[in-house]
Amino acid sequence: MTVQPEWPLYEIFVRGKRGLNHVHVGSLHAADDEMALRHARDVYTRRNEGVSIWAVRADLIVASSPDEKDPLFAPAGDKVYRHPTFYAIPDDVPHM
Amino acid sequence: MTDTVQADRQADFERTIERHDRIEPRDWMPEKYRATVVRQVAQHAHSEIIGMQPEGNWLTRAPSLRRKAILLAKVQDEAGHGLYLYSACETLGVTRGELTQKLIDGRQKYSSIFNYPALSYADVGTIGWLVDGAAICNQVPLCRTSYGPYGRAMIRICKEESFHQRQGFELLMTMMSGTDEQRAMVQESVDRFWWPALMMFGPPDAESPNTAQSMAWGIKRDTNDDLRQKFVDMSVPQARALGVTLPDPDLAWNEERGHHDFGQPDWHEFAAVVAGSGPCNAQRIAHRKRAHDEGAWVREAATAFAAKEA
Ligand SMILES: [Fe+2]
Ligand SMILES: [Fe+2]
Repeated sequence: MTVQPEWPLYEIFVRGKRGLNHVHVGSLHAADDEMALRHARDVYTRRNEGVSIWAVRADLIVASSPDEKDPLFAPAGDKVYRHPTFYAIPDDVPHM
Repeated sequence: MTDTVQADRQADFERTIERHDRIEPRDWMPEKYRATVVRQVAQHAHSEIIGMQPEGNWLTRAPSLRRKAILLAKVQDEAGHGLYLYSACETLGVTRGELTQKLIDGRQKYSSIFNYPALSYADVGTIGWLVDGAAICNQVPLCRTSYGPYGRAMIRICKEESFHQRQGFELLMTMMSGTDEQRAMVQESVDRFWWPALMMFGPPDAESPNTAQSMAWGIKRDTNDDLRQKFVDMSVPQARALGVTLPDPDLAWNEERGHHDFGQPDWHEFAAVVAGSGPCNAQRIAHRKRAHDEGAWVREAATAFAAKEA
């Protein structure tokens, strides 16, 4: 039995309709970029789920590691002054 | 890795499970959790792929263009379901090639139901009604399974399954409003599929050793017996609406329990089918292997073309 080298993995993002962001929907294998788009159409948009598709080679994505989640995201935790509720404004001040 | 780092990761994992939060691909997880999810998702993916065969067999012999278009769309959906699930499984570090090879070698299983043949076009209706119906019962709670990519694949699948069940039920309703002969075809088909459909939920809880751990990890959300009961309760009024009899003399409403009592499937038959001696096991795998082998030149050509373009 010889295991053939696999086609590269692509991550697929679909824009559901105009005005919305592309959202990750899953992944698939394809030999090249064009095939990735064709397969993405067949696999992820059989029922008008999208008006636009992005296919991105999975090995080109840079991701944060779950192990560094504390050092990476903790600094935002104590900056409460970044939120509007931090500021006490009298109730009778309008439109704020 | 030091012992404290390891203990921290284990605690992190357990807290996530306790909060009913999701485990994502790059999180640390116990090896046994990983292996259990791989086994379940692979088996599920293989079932979608093998599940195309009994019905796919009827595509060229559909009774009308309308039925043919519907069946084609349904079978294509099942291919899609297999692909969603394979890609969820691959996030755990197994490759597509490995999964395909293990299916062909019989080292990973698929649902026993697809080892029964589809003998008439009425079976296309019964499969949609009962087999996809049972699959929906199994799958809806899995939308909340603890492994993120698996749950997301299940959400997509559940959205599509509803059409599968409804087209089957509608097909049977059409036949039931036809001739006596057509009504008899439907009843005969239901007689053959009822018990194998009940087996789709797996062995009784007392004989399902992995259930407790899978539930503790949130991989499974309900026990086999609970899901089977739910399916029976749902199917009885549907059978009545259709005008068919479910082939179980013990089937009766139990006022006290608020559920139907029902008989047990033949668990010896189930064990035999799982072990490989069902009516179509050999045929299903041989067909899958042939499709894979005969597609090899296409995969090779596409790879060669991509290399040339690069
Ligand atoms: Fe499916
Ligand atoms: Fe289905």
